Amino acid sequence: MNLYVLLKMVPDTVEELEVAADGKSLDSEFLRFKLSEPDDHALEQALILKEKMGGKVTVVAFDAPEVDDVLFTALAKGADRAVKIPLNQASLGTVASAKVLTEFFAAAGALTSDSLLLPGSQAIDDLEGELAPLLAAALKLPYIGVVCGVTGDAGKVTVLKEFAGGLRGEFEVTLPAVLGIQSAEKPPRYVPVAKVRAVMKSAQIEEAALASPEQPIQLDIERMYKPEAAGRAQMIEGSTEEVADQLVEVLAKNSVI
Amino acid sequence: MANPILVLAEQLRGEISDITFEMLGVGRALASAVGAPLYAVLLGSEAAPLAAKLGKADKVFVADNPQLNLAPAATVTAVLKTVIDQSQAGLVLVGCTNVSLGIGSTLAAQTGLPLVNFCRAARADGSAIQLTSQLFGGKILSDVKLPDGRGIACLYPGAFPADDGKSDQAPPVEKLDLPVEAPKVTFKQYIEPETGDVDITKQNILVGVGRGIQSQDNVQLAEDLAQVLGGAVCASRPVIDQGWQPLSRQVGKSGMTVKPRVYFALGISGAPEHWEGMQNSLCIIAVNTDPKAPIFDGAHIGVVGDVLELLPVLTDKVKARKG
Repeated sequence: MNLYVLLKMVPDTVEELEVAADGKSLDSEFLRFKLSEPDDHALEQALILKEKMGGKVTVVAFDAPEVDDVLFTALAKGADRAVKIPLNQASLGTVASAKVLTEFFAAAGALTSDSLLLPGSQAIDDLEGELAPLLAAALKLPYIGVVCGVTGDAGKVTVLKEFAGGLRGEFEVTLPAVLGIQSAEKPPRYVPVAKVRAVMKSAQIEEAALASPEQPIQLDIERMYKPEAAGRAQMIEGSTEEVADQLVEVLAKNSVI
Repeated sequence: MANPILVLAEQLRGEISDITFEMLGVGRALASAVGAPLYAVLLGSEAAPLAAKLGKADKVFVADNPQLNLAPAATVTAVLKTVIDQSQAGLVLVGCTNVSLGIGSTLAAQTGLPLVNFCRAARADGSAIQLTSQLFGGKILSDVKLPDGRGIACLYPGAFPADDGKSDQAPPVEKLDLPVEAPKVTFKQYIEPETGDVDITKQNILVGVGRGIQSQDNVQLAEDLAQVLGGAVCASRPVIDQGWQPLSRQVGKSGMTVKPRVYFALGISGAPEHWEGMQNSLCIIAVNTDPKAPIFDGAHIGVVGDVLELLPVLTDKVKARKG
């Protein structure tokens, strides 16, 4: 199989996010980036498919802080090729990102009859929509999202899609196709730092020069701001002992002990 | 008269989903504000009887066709485009749900209409529509304007009251008889939820663990508390994805919706996907090291602290109290 995984860096929400002076974007100065979680799962799913079916895994990413580390890590995990598109990801909305990637796949003549494009199902900054369906529509490929398992076969794949309440559906998808991956069938694998360092010395990240889109953000964003809590929890403070005592009172008040 | 507002009604296994009524409620409010009619479109086999429940709409377009059951985004989009052309709809409302994910984006790609994702609020401003979108796991809000009121808004489930979209009156129905191309994504079968040892939807007390529990071994600390309280452990997506808890214990968008008497959110940041599944718990007790975690904005009781330190002490104290 010819597997493409699209990797995207997103702000790490464990850190405090600040709005920039323009009031319409995030202040990038203190942002720490990490690989979007569904994309990490998409990579794992691709590696599992490669192990089962054979083939090649190519990881593709826009330029973003720490993206080289992520691309080298993907190579260390078993990806065969890493491609960076030297356009600043943070300045592109999903619609523009999909346009650039459409050109990438068209120009590279990359799509073969056994190609599978695996973006994450969605990302926490998908204001303009999800990449997977936008890309599928532009490339006229079949698409399904919220995928949590993929089994390969000749010319098609069988996928599991999550609905709600633990209910899932099994779908058959004709290749080539775009699958928005929510979670891989196994947790993303761990790769030792030493192996990543070794790959950094031996492997190369390819660069694909593509034109910057004319309209990087499509939407008319009026402002970004931190939510003002409608209500705030009643906060309990004190030592661990004191907090636990008060929580016991809360449980008693709610008649559960 | 302004362009009509169109709701993509969502159904799963012959039942109209709550998000449909949420969209009809907010759609009705917007339609009244801009002086436009409100339409809905309903797809799939047995759609006709379900249309009677969509009385908040001025008209329901029904495509009663078994090929449209869980149809791929491109197929649904083709139907939506026909309805938009026929009705001159300006604003299209789609659910931000797993069932409908990708339909809005596909429609945006095929029509060039702007799409605003993750909407939690919508209001009319003259002929413009202003939408508030929830980004970065609920840490940032963004106000976005559709200047001429034309576009696609994907609405977050649970953000709007479903009761506002319910009506006892049956709406006028217009049947659509459209050819449906053989799709390249075909529904085969449902995979029923795994029946775990415990049904978390029936528990009075749930001890929910998130990423902050840090390791599979630490889940035992939550098990200990759940056991002494006579409840059960459940988890947010990252814990399930790591395989630390079975799928049957997942709470949130893809997992279960729960409403226990007491819900502990331990090391759970409160991302919208999780919140969706436990927001109606009667008492939510949140413990997190991050004082700005969104979970504290919705929880009833909050503790800024380390769950790993707190859990053993709390378990002992509950034990002592119960004697």
